[in-house]
Amino acid sequence: MREVAVLGIGQTPIEEHWEKSLRVLAGEAALAALQDAGISRVDGVFVGNMMAGSANHQQQLGAYIADWAGLRYANALHVETACSSGSAAFRAGVMAVASGVLDVVLVVGVEKMSDSPGDEITAELATAADADWESAYGVSFVALNALIMRRYMHEYGWQHEHFALFSINSHQNALHNPYARFHSPLSLQEYLKAPMVTPPINLMDASPMGDGAAAAVLVPVEHLHRFPPKPKVRVVASTAATDTIAVASRRDPLWLSAAERSARQAYAQAGVGPNDIDVFELHDAFTIMSALSLEACGFAERGQGPRLALEGEIQIGGRIPICTRGGLKARGHPVGATGMYQIVEVVQQLRGEAGETQVEGAKIGMTQNIGGSGSNIITHIFRVD
Amino acid sequence: MEIPRHWRLKQQRYALVGEVCPHCEEKIFPPRDVCPYCGNEAKTQFTFSGRGTVFSFTTLTEAPAGFEQAAPYTVALVKLEEGPVITAQLTDLGDRPVEIGMPVEMVTRKIRAEDEARGVILYGYKFRPVMETPK
Ligand SMILES: [Zn+2]
Repeated sequence: MREVAVLGIGQTPIEEHWEKSLRVLAGEAALAALQDAGISRVDGVFVGNMMAGSANHQQQLGAYIADWAGLRYANALHVETACSSGSAAFRAGVMAVASGVLDVVLVVGVEKMSDSPGDEITAELATAADADWESAYGVSFVALNALIMRRYMHEYGWQHEHFALFSINSHQNALHNPYARFHSPLSLQEYLKAPMVTPPINLMDASPMGDGAAAAVLVPVEHLHRFPPKPKVRVVASTAATDTIAVASRRDPLWLSAAERSARQAYAQAGVGPNDIDVFELHDAFTIMSALSLEACGFAERGQGPRLALEGEIQIGGRIPICTRGGLKARGHPVGATGMYQIVEVVQQLRGEAGETQVEGAKIGMTQNIGGSGSNIITHIFRVD
Repeated sequence: MEIPRHWRLKQQRYALVGEVCPHCEEKIFPPRDVCPYCGNEAKTQFTFSGRGTVFSFTTLTEAPAGFEQAAPYTVALVKLEEGPVITAQLTDLGDRPVEIGMPVEMVTRKIRAEDEARGVILYGYKFRPVMETPK
């Protein structure tokens, strides 16, 4: 196995890009990453995307994106694991480079959601759940998270307001990220008064959709001398684990077993523990997922995720800064692209390029991308020398 | 609507037919080929009583495509008395507030209908509050 480094990163702003298509967005991020890496050719292209087949009537994303980005003849394919598709594509790229099969790999996460009406997107998001036993009964993806959150509040005694700081933190950090969907601070009052979406989840518990793409270039560490010099950001752990596709089938629906397994394996691969992580980009699709991810990864005791937020430990300068570029809540959640945004943001942190939200002296960063309601969870750890 | 897909699940949708594992005796719903508890093959049919309690619930106002006409509606995780938890809509609530732990029972109701006048109607299980039986 060869050690893998991230040589280049690129991203587009997340918004409703009415004038840009799926491939234009992917191409922008891809070209930005190639330019950042100082290269123009790659051996492989891995595309992470969840819903282009239905939302954009386009499959074959490997050839589609490679062709558009001027990378034809490259080995190219599409990887899908619902909301964790971006990280799944990245992990596929890591495996290709680590194994020695490919030398230079471009990974692009892209999602173009604004081409379809809202109720169709809601139905498409629900395809991440179990079609026969969840979606067939009219259960939306938000509803599954609401079912988890209600039970979590019931069992551990939390009130809705105790989740506010997850969203407030994300909005605060997004103020300084030019690629973020929102650049507006969120007050406790605004959080509490936000319209109820699917109780107990209100509009300010939920991440916004959007169109966007983010990309990275991977090369073996042993080839780095061939490329223009960059901070040496190594992928020191890449892990993935699955759980039941339906929430109802889990032994404990309030515990992300796949997050726990992938995190535990990632710590072992990297030879670190939760206390060594300087910055953590987690999957705050809903505030409840922030709490569950922090617990499963060993940053908080079971049922105590909100306490970390209440004690100020998730902010820049806290014990475990999360969502430092705005997270899903305020940077935005273009589903299949999200994992790649998380990775690009951690690389920014490790390179010292995170500006106003730079975590001082960050050396080790972690990302965790949750597919479905917890059914396919991918964790990466990065380290800068 | 994809008719064969729902037709082949009619025993589950109409009668809550699941499985009992011949190896560890755990009850399983929905049915699957491998017991999620012990990992052995499980294909012995078992019909659930349809009684359970609300494990969690929420109400949808923004429904997925195909369910707009039904909105708002309440969905729940229902813990069946035999053990498994299943996802279903609650029905016949009237103005009764839903609570975690509330006893419910299975009934057959319309789940979804196509827009066209002669469209397919999908029936299946929902759960309603257990009626108090007068003494
Ligand atoms: Zn068994």
